[in-house]
Amino acid sequence: MDFAPSSSTAALVGDVRSGAPAYLPPTDPVLMKLMVTGPFGVGKTTFVRTLSEIPTLHTEETMTAAGAPVDDISRTPGKTATTVAVDFGRLTLTGGEFVLYLFGTPGQRRFLPLWEDLARGALGALVLVDTRRLADAFDAMDLVEEAGLPYTVAVNRFPDTPPIALDAVRAALDLDPATPLVEVDAREREGCVDALIALTEHVLDRLPQETAP
Amino acid sequence: MSTPPRRRLVPAYLATHGRTAAAGTHGLDRLSVLHAAADLPAGLGGEHRQLWELVRPGALTLAEAAAHLRLPVSATVFIAADLAERGALSVRAPIPSAQPVNRDLAERLLSGLRALK
Ligand SMILES: Nc1nc2c(ncn2[C@@H]2O[C@H](COP(=O)(O)OP(=O)(O)OP(=O)(O)O)[C@@H](O)[C@H]2O)c(=O)[nH]1
Ligand SMILES: [Mg+2]
Repeated sequence: MDFAPSSSTAALVGDVRSGAPAYLPPTDPVLMKLMVTGPFGVGKTTFVRTLSEIPTLHTEETMTAAGAPVDDISRTPGKTATTVAVDFGRLTLTGGEFVLYLFGTPGQRRFLPLWEDLARGALGALVLVDTRRLADAFDAMDLVEEAGLPYTVAVNRFPDTPPIALDAVRAALDLDPATPLVEVDAREREGCVDALIALTEHVLDRLPQETAP
Repeated sequence: MSTPPRRRLVPAYLATHGRTAAAGTHGLDRLSVLHAAADLPAGLGGEHRQLWELVRPGALTLAEAAAHLRLPVSATVFIAADLAERGALSVRAPIPSAQPVNRDLAERLLSGLRALK
């Protein structure tokens, strides 16, 4: 099969659509989805690319001004449409037991109707924030909260980011005490994996204990 | 563009292909797994043929297929539904949409992620 474990292909980046398709492993994997969102330019695409074992893929989703997702705007004349770019990548785990999809999506509030559609079935979301403009993260936090997803906030530090303590970030974002807050460099794999672990631990915390009825 | 795909309320593959049909299963999803089954029915060309050929060597999710074909996800849904209705495509529901994630699944996902380190 055209299937390689993630570790050996993590560095495989490049242009996206031209590549040969990477077929799913023949293990009948459980597919799971996590959202990666946040304000403009915060590092969403970079994060997905760093972790993905396949060259990241890209779809354009169209949303009418009224907010309804549409398949072809040309068939609904008179409506203006917004295009939302979605980057996604894939991570095979446990020898093909799971395939985890990471959907990198913009976090602006106006995308709410499409965002809910994109997020359907997702386990949770990672909200990337830039401490130089923390308030820009509120939209993304609203989106994930309205979609009902558990989330973790990841501070993506840039070279000219002034130092700011995580406690101060937590206070400025008015985070629920239970919401994890981590730091990442979206270009560095180890930290990105840690961010997904923090998110998955949080997802697990929020799932009810299974008790026999 | 080839024959414009039609909208349908209940995708026929739900009735004709196994494994789905559990209560709460909704039609094709971005993570539905598509794999060619049988031959391409006569009369289907264009984007239908492209999708069918794309998933002949192996399975891909609908979102991946859309990206490779450079089609909107929503258009790919209709094309896939057409093919599935004619038995040319097998469709498997992504497990989390068919049944909610439980702790066991989340714990196994967590150990899978930890093993990446
Ligand atoms: N220093 C540093 N630069 C980063 C990091 N993450 C992303 N960048 C850079 O920041 C820029 C924006 O990153 P993208 O990944 O494109 O951000 P995005 O959120 O996908 O942007 P949009 O899709 O345009 O909203 C790129 O030039 C990246 O190389 C990081 O963790 N550290
Ligand atoms: Mg981007």
